[in-house]
Amino acid sequence: MRNKFLVLLSLLVISNISFAGPKIEQWQTKNGAKVFYVNAPQLPIVDLRIVFDAGSARDADKPGLASLTNSLLDEGTGALNADQVAEQFEGVGAQFGGSSLRDMAVVSIRSLSDKVILDKAIDLFSNVVAKPTFPEASFERNRKAMLVGLKVAKQRPNSIASKTYYKQLYADHPYAIDGSGTEESLTAMARQDVMDYHKRYYVANNAIVAIVGAVSRAEAGKLAERVTSGLAAGQAAPKLPKVKALAAPITKLIKHKSQQTHILVGQPGMRRGDPDYITLYVGNHVLGGSGLVSRLSDQVREQRGLAYSAYSYFSPMREDGPFTMGLQTKNSQADEALALLNNIIKDYVDNGPTEEELKRSKQNITGGFALRVDSNKKIIGYIAMIGFYGLPLDYLDTFNETVEAVTVDKIKDAFKRRIHPDKLVTVMVGGE
Amino acid sequence: MRLASILLVSVTLAASVVLPAQAKHRDGVSDVRQYVLDNGLKILVKEDHRAPVVVSQIWYKVGSSYEYNGITGVSHVLEHMMFKGTKSLGPNEFSKIIAANGGRENAFTGKDYTAYFQTLHKDRLEVSMRLEADRMHNLSLREEDFVKEVNVVKEERRLRTEDKPTSLTYEQFIATAFQTSPYHHPVIGWMDDLESMELSDLQHWYKRWYSPSNATLVIVGDVKADHVYRLAKKYFGVIPNVKIKPVKPQRETKQRGERRIKVRAEEEVPYLLMGYKVPVLTTAKDPAEVYALEVMAGVLDGGNSARLSKQLVRGKQIAVSAGAGYDMYDRIDNLFLFDGRPSTGHTIEELEKELRDQVKRLHTTLATQDELDRIKAQVVASKVYELDSVFYQGMQIGTLETVGLNHKQLDEYVNGIRAVTPEQIQAVAKKYLIDEGLTVAILDPINAKKEMKKLVANKESGADHAK
Repeated sequence: MRNKFLVLLSLLVISNISFAGPKIEQWQTKNGAKVFYVNAPQLPIVDLRIVFDAGSARDADKPGLASLTNSLLDEGTGALNADQVAEQFEGVGAQFGGSSLRDMAVVSIRSLSDKVILDKAIDLFSNVVAKPTFPEASFERNRKAMLVGLKVAKQRPNSIASKTYYKQLYADHPYAIDGSGTEESLTAMARQDVMDYHKRYYVANNAIVAIVGAVSRAEAGKLAERVTSGLAAGQAAPKLPKVKALAAPITKLIKHKSQQTHILVGQPGMRRGDPDYITLYVGNHVLGGSGLVSRLSDQVREQRGLAYSAYSYFSPMREDGPFTMGLQTKNSQADEALALLNNIIKDYVDNGPTEEELKRSKQNITGGFALRVDSNKKIIGYIAMIGFYGLPLDYLDTFNETVEAVTVDKIKDAFKRRIHPDKLVTVMVGGE
Repeated sequence: MRLASILLVSVTLAASVVLPAQAKHRDGVSDVRQYVLDNGLKILVKEDHRAPVVVSQIWYKVGSSYEYNGITGVSHVLEHMMFKGTKSLGPNEFSKIIAANGGRENAFTGKDYTAYFQTLHKDRLEVSMRLEADRMHNLSLREEDFVKEVNVVKEERRLRTEDKPTSLTYEQFIATAFQTSPYHHPVIGWMDDLESMELSDLQHWYKRWYSPSNATLVIVGDVKADHVYRLAKKYFGVIPNVKIKPVKPQRETKQRGERRIKVRAEEEVPYLLMGYKVPVLTTAKDPAEVYALEVMAGVLDGGNSARLSKQLVRGKQIAVSAGAGYDMYDRIDNLFLFDGRPSTGHTIEELEKELRDQVKRLHTTLATQDELDRIKAQVVASKVYELDSVFYQGMQIGTLETVGLNHKQLDEYVNGIRAVTPEQIQAVAKKYLIDEGLTVAILDPINAKKEMKKLVANKESGADHAK
């Protein structure tokens, strides 16, 4: 009896450790930005990130504008030019970063928590985000650099495939826009476009702030005010349109001089906060989301040696992001590999995973929970995502139990409703 | 210091894992506990109790720089085959067991090492120890697995090298710079050697290098060092030691003048690589030279405020990208690298001239105190930031031990950097950044011929007008 009790007790302790996510606190700045904060006192580091709803989905008729705007932020603020901005960040060892995706524009700073250093880094960061000068010369240079980037991408089979794939998937939806821009749009773009874009979208009501590090709640409150006080309150970006399901299959074969053919197959998948999210996530883990032990990797790589990587994933976004399967194989094997891919997805939608496969995937996901949140970098990634998409604050705390609740039948049901093997986009690039 | 695009090329992985571009180093690694088993296995444990996770890495002293012509790529193919089962496990079962225990795992091969790792909840460390010890001496190398897996590696080579013009250029560049040094070989191997590889090559390689005394077990995470030692002894202690015949030195023959190559490839935008022969920490007579080279890389490319970004990308706007890089923790002499792409309206020749002018400037003018202060501030901060990753901490310890240094040298890094003077940077520039040790490679884009001709014609007519 006593032994049994002890065993239970120890299990309880373990599950407590592995199930609890970091404690997230949430509030709002004076001008309306939502703040998400986790205290992490172990290392003398502060990470701060602002996420704006200002990704390429807001490019409208100027593809590349979101990306160009984001990349120009640290080119000057107030009386400082780009050299001085860089010198000041790097002079205190702070790391400034920016990136632009379809849904989001992200700006981030990592600094030591030493008060003098942090103050300098945060002051500069606040100005760079809220009051960039967008010098004409910088605008020209970065625009030209993006044009060079397009030329390089034109020769890469993976870039060609991915651009084509999104275009086919999303037709006239804003997600069809490629954030790296087009030759026409970049050539036509003016500095005023960037300034207007910044003024419209880099505003408090369109932003969330995430903070993780060795700062108290009170200090984090002050930091959040400082990094947002220069922003206009503004308006949140309008809702994106719903994504339309594909009416019929689409196949695009693009001849390209490469030894391998890059294959992408998929359809619009799901959004963040989707009621089927966990079921589809776990289902895909079995199918192609668990690296070398997934079904796709096993069939394509282990059993047949056809490709170095074969995978599938959902990219949940504000609206339905893609469900994608992919691989690359030498040109002569492309048709064989594509047929295999199609068989695997058809079989999976018809029959779902086996009980054994599901059990293994659940073990991997729940048993590896601690690995998801074992660094400040990973934690800030999660809370920024939770904040931006308005997910419940206990998203991480309930993660393992929602995974445990998934069954083979639920996966079969969700995949049948959501994935349509007879209406997939297929893109193949290579073969010449 | 950055040059991520290039340095990544030299590392090949079993699956998609992104490696930090360079193994860096931090203050206070001295809290690493060291044990050595009777069979020669070295165990290094660093306790880090921030999160209930542990990373376990086993590092073998073998990689492409241990290979010779005809079998290039064998270390990396063997790394793939290490997942194909043992006397008691079937193909891929290793990965399945780690996955079912909530773990993430992979492996990577470089010039100087082959390493395998698992990241797990701290309670599952024993699983990884048991499996890793098993495949150290019980690997099953079967023909039917090999035939498939070598095809996977060839696909990997097509993906990473054949269809990537910058990688192709890097490979040819390295093979030109190094004639007798084994750094000549690409990590993934020449395609022809992969085509003719046989199972017996792998059997031989496994027997020759996979032994406790040729390996280092690095554990970082929420564990107690003595507990780790007891587990390691239990699982690895039973493995008999095979005496390792050391690799031959194969020192690079003296370079006697600049070398230049062109690589024609399916590309629109040209790309330039330049490399100067330099010593590394294992080979330098005076370690201060190595720290000076490291700081010199920082002066050129230690962030957005460094010279190449400031002067070439922003100031003169000659390059869309320009980088410099140096890895002081390589096993044998390597290169101090420059790379870049010219911006529209500028030629690859202009870019090369600008980079050479940067070298000249290092010869003639001292770096400023401001520049050095910024590098030092970044180095000190990076040491702290690196503590946010247990995996990275393990990488540093493993790299140093495996190239023949002691992990304690990580402790000396910050002071080594701090001690560098502008005069020392100038001295190493004059000594090593010289034409006699220089190799230049130009990616000559097949698909840009017309455009380049147009550009040159415009420039010439522009010059005429000026007259």
